[in-house]
Amino acid sequence: MTLNFSQLWRYEDLLAQGTLMTLLLTVIAAGAGTLIGVGGAVLVRGGPRPVRWAIRGYIEVIRNTPALIQLFIIFFVLPSLGLRLPPFEAAAVALSIYFGAYAIEIIRAGLDAIPRAQLEAGQCLGLTRWQVFRHIVLLPALRTIYPAFTSQFVLLLLGTSLASQVSAEELFHVGGFIESRTFRSFEVYAVICAIYFALVMAFKLAFAGLERLIFRWPMRR
Amino acid sequence: MALVEIRDVHKSFGSVEVLKGITLDVEKGDIVTIIGRSGSGKSTLLRCINALETIDRGEIRIEGERIAADMPNLRQLRQRVGIVFQAFNLFPHLTVERNITLAPVLTGKVPKEKARDLALDVLARVGLADKIDAWPEQLSGGQQQRVAIARCLAMSPHLMLFDEVTSALDPELVGEVLKVMEDMARQGMTMILVTHEMGFARTVATKLVFMHQGRVWEQGNPAELFADPKTPELKNFISSVK
Ligand SMILES: Nc1ncnc2c1ncn2[C@@H]1O[C@H](COP(=O)(O)OP(=O)(O)O)[C@@H](O)[C@H]1O
Ligand SMILES: [Mg+2]
Repeated sequence: MTLNFSQLWRYEDLLAQGTLMTLLLTVIAAGAGTLIGVGGAVLVRGGPRPVRWAIRGYIEVIRNTPALIQLFIIFFVLPSLGLRLPPFEAAAVALSIYFGAYAIEIIRAGLDAIPRAQLEAGQCLGLTRWQVFRHIVLLPALRTIYPAFTSQFVLLLLGTSLASQVSAEELFHVGGFIESRTFRSFEVYAVICAIYFALVMAFKLAFAGLERLIFRWPMRR
Repeated sequence: MALVEIRDVHKSFGSVEVLKGITLDVEKGDIVTIIGRSGSGKSTLLRCINALETIDRGEIRIEGERIAADMPNLRQLRQRVGIVFQAFNLFPHLTVERNITLAPVLTGKVPKEKARDLALDVLARVGLADKIDAWPEQLSGGQQQRVAIARCLAMSPHLMLFDEVTSALDPELVGEVLKVMEDMARQGMTMILVTHEMGFARTVATKLVFMHQGRVWEQGNPAELFADPKTPELKNFISSVK
């Protein structure tokens, strides 16, 4: 087999475009999913019982079924109920819901890890619940969940390739398109793979830098 | 009017009644020590005083104001009542300075640019001005507890509550914390403290309260109670801790 990457350069712009869409999809799903995660974690710890059950149900369903089927339901089934979303939007919604379920579990664990005594110490100083959360709970909880949360983020980034199955024009979909034009399967997917790899590495570096910047206090042991 | 008035306070956890009608007055400037066996309700009583626990019956007034967990100005009340716990409970992610200035700044007690001066001032009172930029994790237990006290002092409380604040410390570190508390007592701070330090109860306290099975079993002048306990329970307790 002789490798020939030369044909791929013509698709440089398309690859860049696909990469951008993948990043966009990741950032949207991570952002929305994190909001779901925060709200869900707070409610699952202290909400009314039916709400807690509903959230538990959501988490179990999402975490125990294929993400691809969740995406298909949003893209192919919801239209019959009158909700029609374009591919990219459908993928963004599906991945947000998917990431949200994991985020709830991760964030809940982070909040659980903060001793009650820390909250009480804040209350006793006359702080509001919000001030206690913002200034006493948030950073230590973030530090606790940081490794789990950032790996979940990486899984999400790689998982955005599922969006190609509903023709959202992200990186993997672009790869399929270029392959169909050039028939250079190996070269195309090698390049796509390298781009995913570079993206993940860049995020991991950024996360490590951020970690050193935000979590400066010494830890026990 | 007493600074703290506790009237017939009852408190249960589930079906277990932990406080069975506590009545107690604390005057301004009083140093009240509460002693008693583990499980007699001492911590619960302190927690009721600043509404960390809701009481089932009776009432507690601080400076005439009836307290309850759902009162609208609970936060203002808590700003006037400092509490120090056995486990220090410093915020691990904040430096000593920020531990101390967080609440005064957030509650508007001191402007941001004056905050460091305030921290230095209260740290000097507990002998730790040189630790202002340290992390809690870098301090010994005794130093952490003194920072916790300084953190309360920064809110200029009218009343301080201490719950076995030396019990978690290595023996050689107990003295430095007790000394800080003695200084505060000398400066006229009103204090209620649960303690096993009988020396402190004997020499610094103005009033001694012996709790037993959720009741104030005996109370009065420390020297008199130690010399002449009226009940066999207190007599037993004193001989067991000596
Ligand atoms: N949050 C709680 N839930 C249930 N029981 C509690 C709680 N806090 C304290 N108790 C019980 O109340 C009793 C008194 O506890 P406490 O006030 O801590 O006693 P002390 O401080 O004198 O050792 C104990 O039997 C304890 O187990
Ligand atoms: Mg106790």
